[in-house]
Amino acid sequence: MSDAIGEKIKNYRTAPFDARFPNTNQTRNCFQNYLDFHRCNKALSAKDQDVAPCEWYQRVYKSLCPTSWVAKWDEQMENGNFPGKI
Amino acid sequence: MAQYTQLGLQDAASPLMEELLHFHDHALMIITLISAFVLYIILTMVTAKTTDKYILDSQEVEIIWTVLPAIILVLIALPSLRILYLLDEINDPHLTIKAMGHQWYWSYEYTDYEDLGFDSYMVPTQDLTPGQFRLLEADHRMVIPVESPIRVLVSAEDVLHSWAVPSLGVKMDAVPGRLNQVAFVASRPGVFFGQCSEICGANHSFMPIVVEAVPLEHFENWSSLMLEDA
Repeated sequence: MSDAIGEKIKNYRTAPFDARFPNTNQTRNCFQNYLDFHRCNKALSAKDQDVAPCEWYQRVYKSLCPTSWVAKWDEQMENGNFPGKI
Repeated sequence: MAQYTQLGLQDAASPLMEELLHFHDHALMIITLISAFVLYIILTMVTAKTTDKYILDSQEVEIIWTVLPAIILVLIALPSLRILYLLDEINDPHLTIKAMGHQWYWSYEYTDYEDLGFDSYMVPTQDLTPGQFRLLEADHRMVIPVESPIRVLVSAEDVLHSWAVPSLGVKMDAVPGRLNQVAFVASRPGVFFGQCSEICGANHSFMPIVVEAVPLEHFENWSSLMLEDA
């Protein structure tokens, strides 16, 4: 894992401002980070690389997403009927 | 909290609310002065013994009562727009808390580091201890560190609710399936009360919000204790 991302994860405080989602509605911010975490895992595992950098996305979606939403999505992932494209 | 028969705004507990409060006082002073002036003119004209009441024109007074209102409107608009843009400033929060509305209680989730979550029910009137406030107290308060930018993400698990704390200048609708962001800083330690602000059923009036701002060390102790109790 590169030093830069390692430092960022180590000094994580809360989800920073994301210019892609500047407005009040942060629904997509939460969902996008959940998707990006799983996509990152899938992409890096496919290349047999260390999945540690993906932890950033996990920290962000854990900060932003309500636990009930994450639980529902995790269950859907396990059952294979998660609606997002991973 | 609001006092009995209170007319004005509650004391501000955040910088934005201070701005709003001062602007409200500024605008209210202007409209009070205008109203008093108009009332005086009406009384003067009604009680005057002048016979020449049918004035045909007067260029000077027409100019004055066009230009002066325009200037007054500008004096109201400039601070108003300043605050409008201040509300939209980009924030750099230190902490993210999720406030989820349910029928009929709030639940708070602090998941930046560990998974801390708890429900906050109103204390029923018969269970109040002396000194507590009726319909405002909750069994678990949302504790935040003072003078830290906080991001609250508001949502709902069933119907529409609204998370409001007047002294912090915060109100945000809780919509199921949507995550609404509001940010604020508590400038002083204290306990701040609010009530659900969107009709949500039988006990809509009985799901209050209580925010407690404490120094950072106290906040860290509280969150450790809450995690142990969970």
